[in-house]
Amino acid sequence: MRDRLEALREEAASSIQAAESLEQLKELRIKYLGKKGELTSILRGMKDVAPEERPVIGGLANEIRSAMEKQLDEKESDLQEAALKARLKEETIDVTLPGKQAPLGTIHPIQAVIEQIEDIFIGMGFEVAEGPEVESDYYNFEALNLPKEHPARDMQDSFYITPEILLRTHTSPVQVRTMEAKEGQVPVKIICPGKVYRRDDDDATHSHQFTQVEGLVVDRGISMSELNGILLSFAEQFFGMELETRLRPSYFPFTEPSVEMDISCVMCGGKGCRVCKQTGWIEILGAGMVHPRVLEHGGYNAERYTGFAFGMGPERMAMLKYGIDDIRHFYTNDLRFLRQFKTL
Amino acid sequence: MKISYEWLSEYVDLEGVTPEQIAEELTRGGIEVDIVEQRDAGVENVVVGYVMEAKQHPNADKLRVCQVDAGREEPLQIVCGAPNVARGQKVPVALHGAKLPGGVKIKNTKLRGEKSQGMICSAKELGLPEKLLPTEQTEGILVLPEEAEVGSDVRPLLGLTDTVLELDLTPNRSDCLSMWGTAYEVAALLDREIWLPEAPAAHPSGKTKTVAIELDAEEDCPFYAAQVVDNLKLAPSPQWLQNRLVAAGIRPINNVVDVTNYVMLEYGQPLHAFDYDKVTDGEIVVRRAQPGEQVKTLDGVTRACDGETLLITDGTQPIGIAGVMGGENSEVTESTTTVLLESAFFAPPSIRSTARKLGLRSEASNRFEKGVDPERIVPALQRAVQLLQELAGGEPASEVTVEKMGDVEDVTVQLRHDRLNNVLGVQVKPETVRDVFRRLRFEMEERDGVYRVRVPSRRPDISIEVDLIEEVARIYGYDKIPTTLPWGQQSPGALTREQKLRRVVRHTLRDAGFNEVLNYSLTSPDRLKELPPLDKGIRPVRLNMPMSDERKVLRTTLLPQLVESAEYNVHRRQEQLAFFELGRTYITEEKKLTELPQERWELAALVTGPLAAAHWQGNNQPVDFFTVKGQLEMLLTRLGVQGIAYRAAELEGFHPGRTAEVLLNGRVIGCIGQIHLQVSEAHDLEETYAFQVQLAPLFEAAVTDPKYAPIPRYPSTTRDLALVVHQDVPAAELESAIRQAGGKLLVDATLFDVFTGKQVGEGKKSVAYTLTYRAEDRTLTDEEVNEVHGRIVEHVEAAFRAVLRQ
Repeated sequence: MRDRLEALREEAASSIQAAESLEQLKELRIKYLGKKGELTSILRGMKDVAPEERPVIGGLANEIRSAMEKQLDEKESDLQEAALKARLKEETIDVTLPGKQAPLGTIHPIQAVIEQIEDIFIGMGFEVAEGPEVESDYYNFEALNLPKEHPARDMQDSFYITPEILLRTHTSPVQVRTMEAKEGQVPVKIICPGKVYRRDDDDATHSHQFTQVEGLVVDRGISMSELNGILLSFAEQFFGMELETRLRPSYFPFTEPSVEMDISCVMCGGKGCRVCKQTGWIEILGAGMVHPRVLEHGGYNAERYTGFAFGMGPERMAMLKYGIDDIRHFYTNDLRFLRQFKTL
Repeated sequence: MKISYEWLSEYVDLEGVTPEQIAEELTRGGIEVDIVEQRDAGVENVVVGYVMEAKQHPNADKLRVCQVDAGREEPLQIVCGAPNVARGQKVPVALHGAKLPGGVKIKNTKLRGEKSQGMICSAKELGLPEKLLPTEQTEGILVLPEEAEVGSDVRPLLGLTDTVLELDLTPNRSDCLSMWGTAYEVAALLDREIWLPEAPAAHPSGKTKTVAIELDAEEDCPFYAAQVVDNLKLAPSPQWLQNRLVAAGIRPINNVVDVTNYVMLEYGQPLHAFDYDKVTDGEIVVRRAQPGEQVKTLDGVTRACDGETLLITDGTQPIGIAGVMGGENSEVTESTTTVLLESAFFAPPSIRSTARKLGLRSEASNRFEKGVDPERIVPALQRAVQLLQELAGGEPASEVTVEKMGDVEDVTVQLRHDRLNNVLGVQVKPETVRDVFRRLRFEMEERDGVYRVRVPSRRPDISIEVDLIEEVARIYGYDKIPTTLPWGQQSPGALTREQKLRRVVRHTLRDAGFNEVLNYSLTSPDRLKELPPLDKGIRPVRLNMPMSDERKVLRTTLLPQLVESAEYNVHRRQEQLAFFELGRTYITEEKKLTELPQERWELAALVTGPLAAAHWQGNNQPVDFFTVKGQLEMLLTRLGVQGIAYRAAELEGFHPGRTAEVLLNGRVIGCIGQIHLQVSEAHDLEETYAFQVQLAPLFEAAVTDPKYAPIPRYPSTTRDLALVVHQDVPAAELESAIRQAGGKLLVDATLFDVFTGKQVGEGKKSVAYTLTYRAEDRTLTDEEVNEVHGRIVEHVEAAFRAVLRQ
């Protein structure tokens, strides 16, 4: 019996060692250790063993059982590991193949720039106001100190619908509309982005439709130095760099004094380049102190309150910031253009 | 306005100041200088030559061989192709080594066997503005005046050593539409001396001619001055005067007309010369036209007037349209010997409206429109008479005759020193203010911090205190204004709810792969007809005077232009087209607007072509209805809008079987569907889907602040429900019936399968739902679920004659 057990031990050891799959191993486990397995069937002959030898044989049988179990477990673990390795190897892919990108669209660059402008001014305490694009002659011109037959109406040839209604030529009508709505409250601090229209032939620098962002601040004691300060702060935030400003006298009927604001060239830093025409300066907006007649049209006492207003063109700002050379791109909606602004 | 530097230097001390420096000062002072142009355009080594002989070229019909005295030791032989070259002429000669505009260099050469030592030049070859020169100076070579000195540089003679500054004047600075006005400005900016010589009145020595002026429209013309000059000999003006006119961009005509233009440039006061012999009885009546009255103007065009046109008449007939253009019947011609010179004030609104109505913009109307200086009316007239005496042999034949209504009042404006400092935000010293007014040549009295400034009539742009503040600021220098930030009461800045939601829409669609476009608000009515708006009875707002048919009306819908944007990109081989636009439509039912139209924010989106870029794994599916509907649903989910329903509809421009109206709580707010094949094919588009919705109702229904609900504590149970119903039963109705019958315990019904085919029978379809049941307060038992499920089945069987599929 001892010999049979020893023979079983050897046979099992070698067949477990030779097993190639988990299935095989499972079969071996049943074959040697199962209820009807070989070890059990050998041990059935225990009754023929002399009683004094039985403990010895029993001990041997247990030793063989645990050895086999250990071998089986070890082999199983080896095979599992190998199977996992094989599976992982099989599942290998070329990770450099292109991914399936989820579609990503674009915000129109003009709109993106308007949002940037809005956010900067919101941060400085401005509200965002809006007004109609089809506007009355009164708000577009008369209330802004541009009576009929005023020569400055030439500056902005307009699309009229009736003698009293036109497409607004600037976002400035929102100045008086806002002041009326505020009913004399201060401070008034708004910007107004929106579309405007002028009788221009479309070319690289003109568009019959474009956008503007108007700004208006009315309060006690507002001065030009604050106009200068707010707009400098805006420009530095917008272009993300330190800049200098330069005010040049200009003329708008609804502001007095009126200025145009230049900033040090964002391309060359003021050294002179093609963009700034070698001057080191680029014009970014028109501004001025609100004309007393405009304040009064808005219901504000021009002795007690002063204010400043400004107007800038998002198209120009976008062109400067992103180096765009033709205003028509903004209205052609060419995907090859739009897709360049996915990160905005 | 074009300003000749040489001419300007007659009035202002410009010593040591270059034209470029003046340009810089003017620009910093608020008068932008667009161009500083050297008139010589690169001409070098061109001298005055005398043609001693001009003989036929032996080998060429069209060439002449000339012997030219160009002040050299030997005469030069020059071959010339111009037919007008002739012996005895003074001509510009480009010598060997000369340079001409455009980088042309002249060398000695041989032409058809004859040596040619230079070139005789035409006006064009010298870079003179041909369109401003009389024909006799532009055909062939340029013939110089007889008094030109042989051998001398032609540049000073032709005014080519001059520099011209082109001012881009803002409408308020019409004072600089004259040499004098510009001289005042430059003198103030540079703090220099100024000399403005005035001409004394000239009195007739012999027999006088009658002048009678009658002002019948005193509002339009309150001031009219005239003087008669006779004995005139019409001739070309001297070269120096022609040069100055050309530098200013005005075409020389003859000495009489040129003098009126010259004085207009000098004083800013337009003048007109009538042929006195055509003015009946020397009578001038200024009146408004009768409606329908006609005037034939100098340019030969017959102009129809209306009741507002201001006319100059001689009491019997119109002889000119005041301030705009003279009449042909009284034009100065070669036979003219006597003129009546007019110098007047015409009211800006009248001239502006007439010039606009007649489409006639002239140098004169441009000045009258902006208001001329009444104090220069008579001086300008006297100056013109002086020049006619000097240059055209004229003699005064009347006194200066003036008719005027009232007098010009002095304008005095006060400036408070405190106010100045407060508005500018900087402390200006009183002596600085005094200095500014001295430089501007404004008389001023100062008392207790208040300046009382007498504003000269040449500066009508200054009428209130802030105007003076601007004057001080621009002369003092804007660069001295510091940068500060407002200190007063601070206000919170923010977007309105609507503005925030518009951003949400924009960013959500962008993240879903849509590209935002910006289209024009103006479009053509035909384009709108292709895909008309849903509303009935609205009329597109029409421009009064459109620039083109393409931009005639305001859009009433956004979709047609999205189709165009897609077409544009398809033609450029772009794929995966997904566009959206957020914009206003302009809605009115009025045919002629009496009030502003409603401006309605709308969202439109369009998708065509494959949904994703081509990929090596395939799956490059084209867009379909349910994808686009899903995109809209995703947006609505993002906005938290509930209560949306879709109702099959036949809409113009859309596929009749694949289009729905979008309803919010029962009200139509938009539509979604496939663009009709006729439309998409007309624009070279494949299957195209689109939607358009109004934003206001959506935003009203949007819920941007979610409310927390407890996470369910008890498990849910699901049952599938497969039904066979008639094919026309809308899924939405079926689902709503299921939900209704399911009551509170049915928490979700998800449609997971739809199919038709033989198995389900002709005209039928199978729809399958997963129904989810749950109670808030307990775990549902099988019996409870079975009961509700059974109720649902019974209900749909009855309502839709649905049959349960096993």
